[in-house]
Amino acid sequence: MMADAVFCPLRYLALTMARWSVAVKAYREGLPALSASLVGGLIAGVVLGGMRSDLQAVEGLLVLVPALLATRGNVYGSLGARIATALHQGLLEPRVSEADGRLLRAVAAAIANGLLASVFAAVVATFALVVLGRPGAGLATFAAIAVVAGLLSGIALATTVVLVVFAGYRRGYNPDTLVGPIVTTAGDVFGMAALLFAVRTVAVLGGS
Amino acid sequence: MATDWTVRAITRAMLPVLLVLTVIEIGSGLVLGSFEGDLLMYPSLLILVPVTIGTAGNLGSVLAARLSTAFHLGTLSFAPDDETFAGNALATIALALTVFPVVGGGAWLLAVATGGAALAPGTVVLVSSLSGAVLSLLAIVVTALATYVAYQRGLDPDDVVIPVVTNVCDVLGVVVLFGVVKMVV
Repeated sequence: MMADAVFCPLRYLALTMARWSVAVKAYREGLPALSASLVGGLIAGVVLGGMRSDLQAVEGLLVLVPALLATRGNVYGSLGARIATALHQGLLEPRVSEADGRLLRAVAAAIANGLLASVFAAVVATFALVVLGRPGAGLATFAAIAVVAGLLSGIALATTVVLVVFAGYRRGYNPDTLVGPIVTTAGDVFGMAALLFAVRTVAVLGGS
Repeated sequence: MATDWTVRAITRAMLPVLLVLTVIEIGSGLVLGSFEGDLLMYPSLLILVPVTIGTAGNLGSVLAARLSTAFHLGTLSFAPDDETFAGNALATIALALTVFPVVGGGAWLLAVATGGAALAPGTVVLVSSLSGAVLSLLAIVVTALATYVAYQRGLDPDDVVIPVVTNVCDVLGVVVLFGVVKMVV
């Protein structure tokens, strides 16, 4: 079978009925999630586009952007998946008023890990810029921006994930399919807005 | 469920992977920083950055989630002419070719609306579409490799493959965007 595929690429590319139906189903199911994150990504882009003067003022800030945005997706995606699984297993009631210490601890863990990863990103970015001999604003500035941005976006994202997944579940949606689009959309928007706020706050406090 | 819901247990399960992924993402930030001049000159390209990164990661994660599920259901074999794999790969390319031209057009319109675009709309759509086409092919290769490695090591693809694929595709998103911008603009 392997040999056939290697020696006869035409056969590998042949569009069988089975392949076509798999592809059509995957396309239909994938499009809504991608479209939702597209809107969030473009809004985040507008915020980034509006930060041109900040990017010039805080040298090397752009190096931090992908890490900070990805951390939001990784941490709060994981929180969402955890909550979704617990709802499926009946371990969690989909109401904030009935939330116990476990939900609070999961949220606290997400925010703490998000902050740790953000500060770590600031350290690695500073180090990499020094090693490469590129200009950078320095560890104190990067770390302060990472902490403020991580805390603000963390509070906003944890609240959004919990509320939307609970509300969706109560209305009969599968929380597993809600988490991905919510986290990527809200993660981009809140992540970038928090970064903008953090950069300007740190600039004012730092007197730079 | 694997982990208890304590701050310590969740951190132990999550933090090591998170830190590794952070280092990978700083790599993508360094690539981004190396064409900061172009990005600052052309606002449409700067607007393209988060949405390209996000869409590339999403293409990979949608494919990875579907392959993981097929793997759990036992409907996925790792022969290159496997129907599930070929069909999903085809859908990934089709999704990229649908979404990325819209991304490019949207970025240009938003640049015009928020202070003016320096590039022609056709250029921005071309940059975005070309990046999307290349990224969809890379996303397929990365996802197939990651799913296969997880399968060989006896790891649950749900735990490992999705975060790895999403972040690697994030990085590739920036690298491909860089290459296409240098080529086209």
